[in-house]
Amino acid sequence: MDFAFAWETLVSLLAAVPLTLQLAASAILLGTVLALLLALARLSGIRPLDWLARLYIFVFRGTPLLVQIFLIYYGMGQFPAIRHSIVWPLLREPYWCAILALMLNTAAYSAEIIRGGLLSVPHGQIEAARASGMSSFLVFRRITLPLAIRQALPGYGNEMISMVKATSLASIITLMEVTGTAAKIISETYRVIEVFVVAGAVYLLINFVLTRLVGLIEHWLSPHLRQPRPITSLSQGEPA
Amino acid sequence: MSASLSASAPVAVSISDLHKSFGPLEVLKGISLQAREGEVVSILGSSGSGKSTLLRCINMLEVPDAGSITVGDETIALKSLPNGKSRPADRRQVERVRSRLGMVFQSFNLWSHKTVLENIIEAPIHVQKRGKAEAVEEAEALLAKVGIADKRNHYPAHLSGGQQQRAAIARALAMRPKVMLFDEPTSALDPELVGEVLRVMRNLAEEGRTMLVVTHEMGFARDVSSRVVFLHKGAIEEEGTPADVFGNSKSERFRQFISN
Repeated sequence: MDFAFAWETLVSLLAAVPLTLQLAASAILLGTVLALLLALARLSGIRPLDWLARLYIFVFRGTPLLVQIFLIYYGMGQFPAIRHSIVWPLLREPYWCAILALMLNTAAYSAEIIRGGLLSVPHGQIEAARASGMSSFLVFRRITLPLAIRQALPGYGNEMISMVKATSLASIITLMEVTGTAAKIISETYRVIEVFVVAGAVYLLINFVLTRLVGLIEHWLSPHLRQPRPITSLSQGEPA
Repeated sequence: MSASLSASAPVAVSISDLHKSFGPLEVLKGISLQAREGEVVSILGSSGSGKSTLLRCINMLEVPDAGSITVGDETIALKSLPNGKSRPADRRQVERVRSRLGMVFQSFNLWSHKTVLENIIEAPIHVQKRGKAEAVEEAEALLAKVGIADKRNHYPAHLSGGQQQRAAIARALAMRPKVMLFDEPTSALDPELVGEVLRVMRNLAEEGRTMLVVTHEMGFARDVSSRVVFLHKGAIEEEGTPADVFGNSKSERFRQFISN
């Protein structure tokens, strides 16, 4: 292995990391919002909403992400109505097409993770919140959602890792993120092994940081699942 | 609590002709019951008699099919539905009435992601919009009162059942409720932990709090309540002062019930 070349490659690939991170972060953030709406639709008890969300999840989980990217990038331009609409300046760009496809795709998976989290919240705790006079929205914001997030986080971490890796598919529609950049270097040098080993290592590094981050958030959100600190109180209250 | 005092006190909770069915099963068959301010009413009955459902109807955790609930001077407005059920006509009203009723559950139902203190200040701050400093101060006083001041920063999972239930009582008291509702507060506890919870409840009764208590604790019903109500199959079978009911009950079923 040529280490000087590998180092050179690493430097070029690191320059492409910001684009990879942008794609992943935008897709995850936007996807989470859509996923929460889908999960709420699934649990709304309103038949048409439930079925709409089911259909969405079925389609986007059941078809390959690559096909979805192709359909959005190559397919949308076929419709004059879209070409003449206000979203065309965005949909014309491979960057936005990639984010849109990744976001729609991750939302389908995340919706089910969030739904699982919401279903895991003990009914008694929701009832106690209602009994204290909270409105439905307040119950959701203060009790249901915080408990659901804690439950869903490990599964969500998985989905985030998948998304980071899935951004590599954006290279197919000309985006020069880490994989696209790697493919370009290979086409110039024909040194497949070095370049892809380094590219793989870059993804590994990103996901290492990501898992640490998720682990940290999990730790921070779940003091109630750990043993208590030995001395926690300075209060001078006397037992009655 | 002398009977004459209670008899002249204003009515805190009034239940009239309450009906409730779950599917084909008629759980409450027209129950009427009043609790005056300062009264402790124990609701007894075997499993399936409808006593928990009755209590849960008072704060609309179960919506009665027919009948009316009045808390203080506010009658909860119900809207009849075509299928014979009802629903609250005004959600805001239900929330308002609930905030005046403190509910204690059999399984504590403390919010597991919040510390004991956070559990207690949650509703005062977010429902009653009280200041945090004031809410914390009151919460600490309540924790001292129920004897778990040293547990303020613990999470529910780190407490014993008895401590959890005492924290839940403090949480309910923090709303400064007009009436406390207890739904079998000691039934989920190990026998050696029942006493500490009953002691707290006894203290509340001595303070003159209005309490409706669904319980299996005959000692509590006999010694602490001002009135005892015995439910059987969704109807009131026997009602009166503890002395009357426990001393010379006319109901064969009640005599059988307490002999078990």
